[in-house]
Amino acid sequence: MGWRLIRVYTILVYLFMFLPIAVVVLLSFNANQFGSFPMTGLSTRWFEVLWNNDAIMRAFRTSIVLGLMTAVISTVLGVLASLALVRYQIPGRNMITTLLIAPILVPEVVLAVALLLFLNFLNIGKSFTLLLAGHVIFTLPFVILVVQARLVSIRRDVEEAALSLGASPMQTFLTITLPQLMPAVAAGGLFAFTISFDDITGTLFWKPGGIETVPTQIFSMLRNSISPEINALGTVIIVLTVGLPLIGAALARKLATKSGR
Amino acid sequence: MSIEQREARQPWILLAPALTAIIMLLIVPLIFIVVYSFWLKSAAGADTPGFFLDNWQEALTDPFYRDILLNTLKIAAFTTIACALLGYPAAYFIARSQGNKVVLLVLLMLPFWISYIIRTMSWINILGVSGALNSALIWLGIINEPIQMLYNETTVILGLVHFLLPFMVLNIFVSLDGIDTNLEDAASSLGATRWQGFLQVTLPLSLPGLAAGGLLCFVLSAGTYITPVILGGPRDAMFANLVYEAIIRQLNWPLGSALSLLLLVVLGVLVIIYNRYLGMAQLAKGLG
Repeated sequence: MGWRLIRVYTILVYLFMFLPIAVVVLLSFNANQFGSFPMTGLSTRWFEVLWNNDAIMRAFRTSIVLGLMTAVISTVLGVLASLALVRYQIPGRNMITTLLIAPILVPEVVLAVALLLFLNFLNIGKSFTLLLAGHVIFTLPFVILVVQARLVSIRRDVEEAALSLGASPMQTFLTITLPQLMPAVAAGGLFAFTISFDDITGTLFWKPGGIETVPTQIFSMLRNSISPEINALGTVIIVLTVGLPLIGAALARKLATKSGR
Repeated sequence: MSIEQREARQPWILLAPALTAIIMLLIVPLIFIVVYSFWLKSAAGADTPGFFLDNWQEALTDPFYRDILLNTLKIAAFTTIACALLGYPAAYFIARSQGNKVVLLVLLMLPFWISYIIRTMSWINILGVSGALNSALIWLGIINEPIQMLYNETTVILGLVHFLLPFMVLNIFVSLDGIDTNLEDAASSLGATRWQGFLQVTLPLSLPGLAAGGLLCFVLSAGTYITPVILGGPRDAMFANLVYEAIIRQLNWPLGSALSLLLLVVLGVLVIIYNRYLGMAQLAKGLG
């Protein structure tokens, strides 16, 4: 009896999580010209409108470029730092770990203000550079957490065998460690990309006038009212953000099986 | 240079880029806004450097700021409690269910990947004047005119709960999953009812996860300013909205610095209390 109740309760919680998202997808195919209920039929016209909206397409390009650059920089920095933390005995390890995940602990608004004011003081005003710096800083801890967790589970002795057989540390890293680490590198990069693509809090502080990312574009469109176009954009993003990680996970699994794990 | 010396330097070379980035783009900027908060805004041109207490006096004594700070903490507290009440049974179900645990967890993680702003605005489709709920009520004949259900404190909390619930469930799940189920069996074999066993064995053991989830929900909701703009009315501003107003609209950067630091200190005290009693390890578990 009690278990049954918990099951029903859990189903309701999942409905609460997914129903609003489902309604976004449903309404994006709405033929009704105000994009609201009652639905008058199915149509893909809002996706056409979206495709022809230059502002949104520009925002998409900005978000993708920004996300890719953030992912590359964060992943490189994060993998190097994780290697140091997991593979070496270093004094003050806990302190350094806390420092590296500090951006998660500081409220994003505060981080945004501090970075904006400091870089402005150094004559780097609101710009793409500022955006990139900000996105790297708050995606870095997530990359480090993901990569570190994976690195701990990679056995040390294979690396040591390679080293004792005369491979240089660099060769060992490239041929032994990196291939095993690839799933975590991919996951970390994907994580960084998604967080960057999704960010609005910091982005609103850092973006220069005239540059919009997808979330800030949606935000400014919401000022007027919710239009079916926004629902269509939401649907595209939902498909991309749910589809990308799933493809990523599948790829990671394929890579992992290829390397015999 | 000897091999030992090179060995000792290697980790620092690996750490250097990340540490430099964090120090230059987070730590130094934070120290910088501490200094900046004592400067004075000039009517025109650059702000005046110096040691003025004006901004702090305004931030700490103006009842307008105090009320909004208290209101922000209230909203964060309600959000956290709602997340715990909704999240605990769900986490318990996932942890104790047979077989389909992974599917349930993946489903729960999906909203993490779905854009925050899309999830927030999705409630307009549900609760708006021409939204799903109003249309349904009119169709059922319960009401004749649509009711404005949006743009109040309740919808702000609703949006925050929708955003933060996965964090809560995940953290509770992690600690429930780590509990040996034999303990509950032992309790019941010693004559405890299932409910007693839960209250006296499982619940206390899962408190670290509940606390970690609670801290995340509280800190993240107290620092938000997008949700109140999208789902709140003109009087539902939260503290982070004041920061945004000061920095972006009024360009009063010294005051904005003081306000952000005030928020940082209030939330920092909570994190420190949490760390003192429970430690950061639990939090890292839930995030990873």
